[in-house]
Amino acid sequence: MTAELTVPTRSDRWTDVCGFVDLMPERGACALVDGVQVAIFRTFDGELYALSNFDPFSGAYVLARGILGTRNGAPTVASPMYKQVFDLRTGQCLDDEQVVVPTYPVRHNSAGRVEVSLP
Amino acid sequence: MNVAGDGFHRLVVIGHGPTGHRLVEALRERDTGRRWQVTVIGEETRSAYDRVALTSHLTEGADLAYPAHDPEVTLLTGDPVTGIDRAERVVTTGSGRRVGYDALVLATGSSPFVPPVPGRDLPGVFVYRTIDDLEALRAYSAALAEPVSGTVVGGGLLGLEAARALQGLGLDTHVVEVAPWLMPRQLDEGGGAMLRRHIEALDMQVHAGTPMAGLAAGDDGRVARVEFGDGSAIDSRVVVFSAGIRPRDELARGCGLPVGERGGIVVDEGCRTADPAIYAVGECALVGGQVYGLVGPCFSMAEVVADRLLDGGATFAGADTSTKLKLMGVDVASFGDPFAAALDVTYTDPVAGVYKRLVVSDDARTLLGGVLVGDADSYPTLRAYIGGQLPGTPEQALFGGTEAAGGDLPGSTVICSCNNVSADTIRCAIRDDSLTELAEVKGCTRAGTTCGSCVPLVKKILDAELTAAGIEVSKALCEHFPHSRSELFDIVRVRGITTFTQLITEHGQGRGCDICKPAVASILASLGNGHILDGEQAALQDTNDHFLANMQKNGTYSVVPRIPGGEITPDRLIVIGEVARDFGLYTKITGGQRIDLFGARVDQLPAIWKRLVDAGFESGHAYGKALRTVKSCVGSTWCRYGVQDSVAMAIRLELRYRGLRAPHKLKSAVSGCARECAEAQSKDFGIIATERGWNLYLSGNGGMRPRHADLFATDLDDQTLIRYIDRFLMFYIRTADRLQRTASWLESLDGGIDYLREVIVDDRLGLCAELDAAMDRHVAAYSDEWRDTLEDPDKLRRFVSFVNAPDTPDPSIRFEPERDQIKPVLLAGPELEVVTR
Repeated sequence: MTAELTVPTRSDRWTDVCGFVDLMPERGACALVDGVQVAIFRTFDGELYALSNFDPFSGAYVLARGILGTRNGAPTVASPMYKQVFDLRTGQCLDDEQVVVPTYPVRHNSAGRVEVSLP
Repeated sequence: MNVAGDGFHRLVVIGHGPTGHRLVEALRERDTGRRWQVTVIGEETRSAYDRVALTSHLTEGADLAYPAHDPEVTLLTGDPVTGIDRAERVVTTGSGRRVGYDALVLATGSSPFVPPVPGRDLPGVFVYRTIDDLEALRAYSAALAEPVSGTVVGGGLLGLEAARALQGLGLDTHVVEVAPWLMPRQLDEGGGAMLRRHIEALDMQVHAGTPMAGLAAGDDGRVARVEFGDGSAIDSRVVVFSAGIRPRDELARGCGLPVGERGGIVVDEGCRTADPAIYAVGECALVGGQVYGLVGPCFSMAEVVADRLLDGGATFAGADTSTKLKLMGVDVASFGDPFAAALDVTYTDPVAGVYKRLVVSDDARTLLGGVLVGDADSYPTLRAYIGGQLPGTPEQALFGGTEAAGGDLPGSTVICSCNNVSADTIRCAIRDDSLTELAEVKGCTRAGTTCGSCVPLVKKILDAELTAAGIEVSKALCEHFPHSRSELFDIVRVRGITTFTQLITEHGQGRGCDICKPAVASILASLGNGHILDGEQAALQDTNDHFLANMQKNGTYSVVPRIPGGEITPDRLIVIGEVARDFGLYTKITGGQRIDLFGARVDQLPAIWKRLVDAGFESGHAYGKALRTVKSCVGSTWCRYGVQDSVAMAIRLELRYRGLRAPHKLKSAVSGCARECAEAQSKDFGIIATERGWNLYLSGNGGMRPRHADLFATDLDDQTLIRYIDRFLMFYIRTADRLQRTASWLESLDGGIDYLREVIVDDRLGLCAELDAAMDRHVAAYSDEWRDTLEDPDKLRRFVSFVNAPDTPDPSIRFEPERDQIKPVLLAGPELEVVTR
């Protein structure tokens, strides 16, 4: 596995959360970073994305348990609660343009570890 | 119209059968200025119902009631009119009501003809016309000690319907017809003979061409025997007379209106009697010297009178007496004049049981009439060509060569003769109102809403119009697959595809979504591809399947162990209680006779299930689009009324179908007697015990759109019952749309329950062996999902709160007490943390 940065770094403070192989392909997992629930997703092509785990439509912390996919080419996750779809790159809800969930920088380092960065 | 007063006029309709109902509906629809104030007086206690379908009320529990009129129509039921005072323009009822009229319509119908033979008044002798007749027949038959014989006198259309009812009641059925063959009014000798072969193959005995001498009583004073003129006799504890009808014209006679020699109220082409204020419609009317017993002409008369009442000039110019009916799977049709003296072309296939005869003009170009027995698929098309030029030779017409593509039919062709709807009317409605669904076309034009025989033709016209307009209804599952679920199912099955990646790479685009992934996961699971969390399949599953539990509103899950048939030992009940107590779970009894434990965090699920599995519980699949429960009543083991062991059957079925993945959830129930305490008729497949076995009901539904299940088969033994359910489920799994319950699936099947019967019972598609094998594979491969998960460390990895802090419980999950249990508290309002742009 080569080192690659999937999202440009916006901070120097990276937190190690798990090994890359701990993430199931095309599925999410939740990490608790400084009290913040971060949903980390590994898409079919090995890309990593991180969103807030909070589902604004249901008020529950569940986005990490949604189904991954694509919509018009954009990588997405569908909330497991009421099925609204979010763009993994931007956090934009594709079913309600008023709603955006926070995104976080995430990377896969040369040691095979996954790290996220919180502001 | 010569009427007293101003403002509204008073219309009284006597009789609330199908014809009276149609008259009122037609009038209300057109009388937009509300000229007429309508009162309907009916003799039966029920309002109008579909008499034509009487037998299916018995055999399938069909609801026959017509829709109610609008509330401005006054309906008086259960109160027969006893007299008409034409001078005063008042009718008098049995209860002493006096109702004045400005116009009066007699829609009194007919009564069954009972020939004057000895014994006709014995107990056990019935007629067959009303729901009350049917109920009396049912009650009498049910009270007979053991399976016995029953006889229908009359081998015509109504008689054979009655015979179907008798057989439906479990009687050994005989049909007695005085003419040399069955349905002598509609069929020629060859057709009658072929029909007889079909009827006899259904275990009914036909006695044709033998005059009946009378009925004889047994020692109990009830009817016991039917005796013939030649000295022979048949044992029969029930006799039904269905040998023709007599117009109910006694009210007309009583007030001096002219009636025909053989009955029937004489009316002119506008359906008006000798008294200009009085009309007669339907089976009681004698129009053009003829009484009509078919619903189509009767409805036409109703339409004529509705028009006349609004000063129109409509006339009734005779009617097409073409008929098509299906008797226990046998198609019988007669159209035009099958007895015309002209050329005829006949085809007989004794092996397939098919007889076809076309009567054509001397130049073999014009179709005059015909008879079809055993295969009447070409009936709608052929009937449409009556009196017109055939597009090909008579042979081509016989063998379906004229199966016109709807678009080719001449515009004036009457497609629906029951409601007199032409091809042009249908086409105009489709174009003008932009209709795209068959149901819309039926609703707008009424075509196909009565006997239904023209529905295939209506569908073809619709398809032809839509194609011409370039409209195509997309069946695509989502943006990733251009296929419907059933098409994908076939692709996966035929090509042996076992992964989503292969399927989407070869047959789709993009990388799937929350619609197609679970649908494909369900297809893969239905075809037996191992544990649903194995390999790539795991990523396809909806959160419920992914965690083998049901997500609730705060992100916790509920747990439902399987309790087959709702039967549980005290020890196991205690285990559930202990688990709920130890993990602090909210506990509730479900509607499906099991117990739901709420409030479990993801990371608690394995420990909860370890306890349950160790105590012998299995996954209840409450989280899956799969078999949920098979409810049961307590059955014959304990219940004073039970006739079969419903609990044992429910357990057997639940264990057989547990874990079966389907397009949607599946529910079932087994009742131990006709009291139906298990509510089986609201289930996808419901079973009700009878003295002789099981009745199987299919495609019921509770929920948002309740639907009573249709009776599919009666008095089945255990093995046949199970085979039929196997095939039903596998056929549904193969052909239904995504998230389509069995109820709407059945409604979407062309041909409905009859078609389903042909597939499952008669094996018309040659699929049964495959469906059976598929179910056998499912049963053999079943394994408890939770036990397998607990034994596989790899599958257990997902059950953690946080990937970087697996021992930290999710701090967002909180509860507060309510009625001595927990309830969820959502910490954050839905707006929190939302970034609004």
